[in-house]
Amino acid sequence: MTINVSRRGFLAGSVAGTTALLVGVNAKGVLTAGSTAAAATTDLNPFVKIDGNGTVTVIIKHFEMGQGTTTGLATLVAEELDANWDKVQTDFAPADDKRYANLFFGGQGTGGSTSIANSYMQYREAGAAARDLLVRAAAQSWGVDASSISIEDGMLKSGGNSGHFGEFVAIATTLEAVEKPAIKTPDQFKLIGSDKLHRKDNTSKTNGTAIFAMDVNLPGMIYAAIIRSPKFGGTVVSFDDADAKEVGGFIAAQVLPNKAGVVAFGKNTWSAFQARDALSVEWDFSAAETRSTDALMADHKSLLDAPQYNLGKEITVQTVAPVLDGAADTIDAEFSFPFLAHAPLESLNCTIEPTENGVRLHDGCQFPSLTRPTLAAILGLEPSQVEIKTLYAGGSFGRRASPTADYNAEAAMAFAVSGRKVPVKLVWSREDDIKGGYYRPMAAHRAKVGLDADGKVIGWDHRVAVKSIMKGSPMEPMTVHDGIDHTSAEGVAGGLYSIPNQAIGLSDFQTEVPILWWRSVGHTHTAFAMESLMDMVATQTGQDPIDMRLSMLDPAAPNPARMIEAIKLVREISGWKKGDKRGFACHYSFNTCVAVVADITVEDSSVHVNKLFMAVECGVAINPDVIRAQMEGGAGYALSAIYRNEITLTDGEVDQYNFPDYELLRNSEMPEVEVAIVPSNNAPTGVGEPGVPPTGPAVANAIFAQTGKRIMDLPMSKAGFDFM
Amino acid sequence: MQYQLKINGESRTVDAEPGTPLLWVLRDELHLTGTKFGCGVAYCGACTVHVDGYPTRSCQTFVEDAVETEITTIEGATDKVAQAVQAAWREKDVVQCGWCQSGQIMSAIGLLTENPSPTDQDIKDYMDGNACRCVTYVRINEAIKLASEKLEA
Repeated sequence: MTINVSRRGFLAGSVAGTTALLVGVNAKGVLTAGSTAAAATTDLNPFVKIDGNGTVTVIIKHFEMGQGTTTGLATLVAEELDANWDKVQTDFAPADDKRYANLFFGGQGTGGSTSIANSYMQYREAGAAARDLLVRAAAQSWGVDASSISIEDGMLKSGGNSGHFGEFVAIATTLEAVEKPAIKTPDQFKLIGSDKLHRKDNTSKTNGTAIFAMDVNLPGMIYAAIIRSPKFGGTVVSFDDADAKEVGGFIAAQVLPNKAGVVAFGKNTWSAFQARDALSVEWDFSAAETRSTDALMADHKSLLDAPQYNLGKEITVQTVAPVLDGAADTIDAEFSFPFLAHAPLESLNCTIEPTENGVRLHDGCQFPSLTRPTLAAILGLEPSQVEIKTLYAGGSFGRRASPTADYNAEAAMAFAVSGRKVPVKLVWSREDDIKGGYYRPMAAHRAKVGLDADGKVIGWDHRVAVKSIMKGSPMEPMTVHDGIDHTSAEGVAGGLYSIPNQAIGLSDFQTEVPILWWRSVGHTHTAFAMESLMDMVATQTGQDPIDMRLSMLDPAAPNPARMIEAIKLVREISGWKKGDKRGFACHYSFNTCVAVVADITVEDSSVHVNKLFMAVECGVAINPDVIRAQMEGGAGYALSAIYRNEITLTDGEVDQYNFPDYELLRNSEMPEVEVAIVPSNNAPTGVGEPGVPPTGPAVANAIFAQTGKRIMDLPMSKAGFDFM
Repeated sequence: MQYQLKINGESRTVDAEPGTPLLWVLRDELHLTGTKFGCGVAYCGACTVHVDGYPTRSCQTFVEDAVETEITTIEGATDKVAQAVQAAWREKDVVQCGWCQSGQIMSAIGLLTENPSPTDQDIKDYMDGNACRCVTYVRINEAIKLASEKLEA
């Protein structure tokens, strides 16, 4: 196929020659309306487009990696419009830092489980504003009072009059949109909270027609594959392409301008891969990471002896020491976590195409506001000369949101050295992905928990050593304060439990290995440590793990109260009893509370997870089935990691290469999952990530309940367990 | 080299180097992009197509070996079983990112063609070669059961 969607094309109505209603924000951020004819000449960017045939198109400012955001944002608009769900479609927004900003970030981007949360009022108001225009247009057309008009399933009605949205578009475009339209109260919701809405992407993703970035084919396009340093931080000294020249379809090879690798161009993906593999490169490793995994972990652990930072101002690892010295009993524990690859199934790729005015990037683009200036800087363009065409992304789990826009930048460098004449598609192989860095960082935790004679926690010294994700990134100003990267210990700090004398020490690990947020960021390791420790306290003090947690959550505080609801719900659906040989864990992340009970069977060293019970409190449930899907998927994503996934290094080189030695969770290994959602009318909170953190410790706590073995070094396969 | 392939009932002529995986011929030369690249080593199943009716990993099938076979991709999966599987996938809202789903569906069609009433264990065994990073397995298995019921009815 040939993709050629210009800005003008995006704004033009989908029904040629007819008027379409557009509702969105103008440059001042005020809801406004206009026709497509006006939009082509004035500076209007819509969230809602309604065609003459009554089809509603919701413009999605986020990207879709499977998390269900397109369905969610469409639901918000359709709810306020009372649209017919079958006549609602979606389209991805172009890059626009302001109009399509994530309201929590200030720039355009998807992450931190914020898509629904930040858009909740914005998309509802856009739908409500469109509704108001249509109602007034119908009132004018029929000569009736607007208050007499009702809308159901995309049909406006008043007395004997009725008509679909499209019939009133022409008049609606002549009206002025109200600035603050009335929105529904939760008791009026018909679509929000409905279990009957199907995903908007479930037809095109089941018949092969959904277009992902890797599916882009442009006339004259060439393909690029890059050989990168086998040790992170190495640079190219020289290369020899004599063998690559023997590869059919090979075009040329060139060093990237930053010397991080050599790019091979081919006439198709296969020839680019083959030619790349045939290159012989001499590397300079003088600045590269050359340690092996054991040394890296030992270096993490030595950092725990003297934390660089204390997160608490009042209580520090120094001031808590005498409290712990005076404790009747203490629990000591040390945890280790490996590097993890995100491994989205669509490996990283993107295409850069020359345009009259600059370039167009075709990408499952997660952070247009980071990608655009990066490409502009590399190519010597203004950001406005970089157009971004967002396409479906075949997973991300954090990987496509790179502060350095790394793979986009690589493609821009390849495009630059190619001569900028033809479109260049950069494709990463799976080996590139597994060996390519940007991992969930390795981490080490050490904790000492002090108990009094009654078994109450009286002090807690918790230390974390991990490479900072945020330092040096554009997010540093938001997430790093007084040197402390708050994502490094989030989940230990900012937890919901009332823990007296909790000291949190943090040290930044340093390595050339590039690291990145991985579905749930710091919570990937902090939840495992915290919830294992809570289980250890319960065991040591003879308390029921659920009762003990409830006793440490303040019902008068908003978020702990939400967690109490989630815990009680999971206790109910799982039929948890005191002395249960199952595992429990709960965790608060991305403003959402998730509680999990893991039901497992252990035979010798083989563990089978039979069933996971999950309860989630995420505010109002926009699409309950999408929430369930995210809990199922989040749990499965966690299981893959805790069972057996790890990226290890030998002399700085990654040992794993592809799925045979970085094996994803398989169908036969997936437990049954039962998800219950705590009813709520509060503003919605995230669901893409919060299912991940509590799953691992729930399984670990179940393994302890059945075997007496406490797993503190991940992955669990290290403890001699296998999973089936 | 020129090869004559029969894809989705149509005869197609492609120019490709010997040894090129069928996957890349489908995607880059014929623009049949419903078939996906996941690993390149026949370990994830994203590239599954039918060769003479059997689910086959197109990333490990050389173009020359595909000559004189009947190849069906997701774009050409339109028979009764395929329709039942796709309808069940939509009914159960199986998909998340969607990248693996063409392969999952081609395998599921293969399963139900061979075995119209699979047990839960049959499904897990047959589908174990198709990895889903979003972990939609619970729904994949429910959808296969549903499609089986629809076909039986």
